[in-house]
Amino acid sequence: MAGIGQGPGPDAVFAAKLAEGVFEIQKCGSCGTHVFHPRVICPACGSADLKWVALTGRGTVYARTVVRRKPERGGDYNVVLVDLEEGVRMMSRIDGIAHDQIVAGLKVTASIGEGAEGDPAVIFRPEGEAN
Amino acid sequence: MSLRGKAAIVGAALAGCGEAHGKSSMEITIEGVHGALADAGIALGEVDAVATCQPLDMLSGLTLAQELGLNPRFTMNNRMGGSSFLSHTLWAAMLLELRLADTVLICYGSNQRTASGKLMTALGLPTYEAPYRPLFPLSSYALAADRHMTQFGTTREQLADVAVAARAWAQKNPDAFMRDPLTREDVIASRPVSDPLRVRDCCLVTDGGGAIVMRRAETAKDHPKPPVYLLGGGEGTTHRDISEMEDLTVTGAAQSGRTAMGMAGVKPADIDVVQLYDAFTINVILFLEDLGFCNKGEGGPFVANGGIAPGGHLPVNTNGGGLSCVHPGMYGIFTLIEAVRQLRGDAGDRQIDGAELALAHGNGGVLSSQVTNILGTEATL
Ligand SMILES: [Zn+2]
Repeated sequence: MAGIGQGPGPDAVFAAKLAEGVFEIQKCGSCGTHVFHPRVICPACGSADLKWVALTGRGTVYARTVVRRKPERGGDYNVVLVDLEEGVRMMSRIDGIAHDQIVAGLKVTASIGEGAEGDPAVIFRPEGEAN
Repeated sequence: MSLRGKAAIVGAALAGCGEAHGKSSMEITIEGVHGALADAGIALGEVDAVATCQPLDMLSGLTLAQELGLNPRFTMNNRMGGSSFLSHTLWAAMLLELRLADTVLICYGSNQRTASGKLMTALGLPTYEAPYRPLFPLSSYALAADRHMTQFGTTREQLADVAVAARAWAQKNPDAFMRDPLTREDVIASRPVSDPLRVRDCCLVTDGGGAIVMRRAETAKDHPKPPVYLLGGGEGTTHRDISEMEDLTVTGAAQSGRTAMGMAGVKPADIDVVQLYDAFTINVILFLEDLGFCNKGEGGPFVANGGIAPGGHLPVNTNGGGLSCVHPGMYGIFTLIEAVRQLRGDAGDRQIDGAELALAHGNGGVLSSQVTNILGTEATL
């Protein structure tokens, strides 16, 4: 179990879990706040008692942008901020829907896909859509 | 102890704005320093504290001291992005008031247009954003604009009107980089980059620099130009990365403005002229709301239809701003220099009659750092 002074830091732990197909975030054992991105101490109360916990994977789009790019350079792609049910926000991408149909309030579900460099990254799909 | 009116800007100058072919960023900076010292009637050797923040040189304060041949008592290089310079003025006022320094120089310069043609930055994407390839810093502001539109019904036309107002001011400023006519339709038809923002929602990429010199108020009148007094200042830092910003519609300007106006003992309605860091059109709407010039969510209607253009209800970014006048990567110092021009009554065709009280506001990062300065003439002391 990672903690202050023991083992790898929270960024490395998160990345290692993701590489194994596990999306977990931290939860503070002292005040109960969920924490993302991974941190050494809880930004709500300062406690170092942060434990990795599983998530429902459900979230809601908070804001979205579509980066416009010529087709020959790979075409348009979306970038979103998603609020997870646990109360944390993360940047991500929504797959399985036309960019113009992504709006704030859209219900989405997390899965592990590929980031820009082909590295594992948390992405989302509209709720109820099969992966 | 309050810093209200304890220090003043006694010299200011621009340098290399637009295109400064064949010049390095530090050379542009030093040209600005030379101009500001001449404007103040101060010899270089009198400078005993310096402040700068340059995008690529992590030790830019040291480079500055070296190039000036100075051994300063204080070298400030605090880096918060484009807001840094409005923080430097607060530190300058503290050093002056405590008599730890007598003459403080604050400066900036960049050759980003002629050197690279785009924003030059040493910053990479944050770890938890990089997998999704947001454009830095544009997509962060696009997300804020999208959220503002969702939450308050702010329109594409209202965003456009910020750029149109900036251009109208620029047309009154012979030093502005872009002075061609610009309509709301032009902005909305310009190339989309990161929805909802388009090219004409984005600040320019120019070269340019500038410098100011600050002294204690008690000697501020011993110089050729009327002093411009620092009446108040405040900061707000809410995040580093846009994904960590709690509410994309509320910036740290709420805190920085409240602090600065509290120190100055003024309210938004007292301010004669406003200079805001307009990296993107949405910034102006957010800052006008957060600084209290209108209610939250009403920034769109406030800026619409010439509200902040010449002849509107509040003069904002009278030089043309980062959108139409100059934007060499970090714009903060230009808000100060334009405020000085206005308060000296030295702003030519764009002069606001009877301007006594100015607000200058800097933004750093991706709406991350907000710093507000309240500046006034002798009459406001
Ligand atoms: Zn906690």
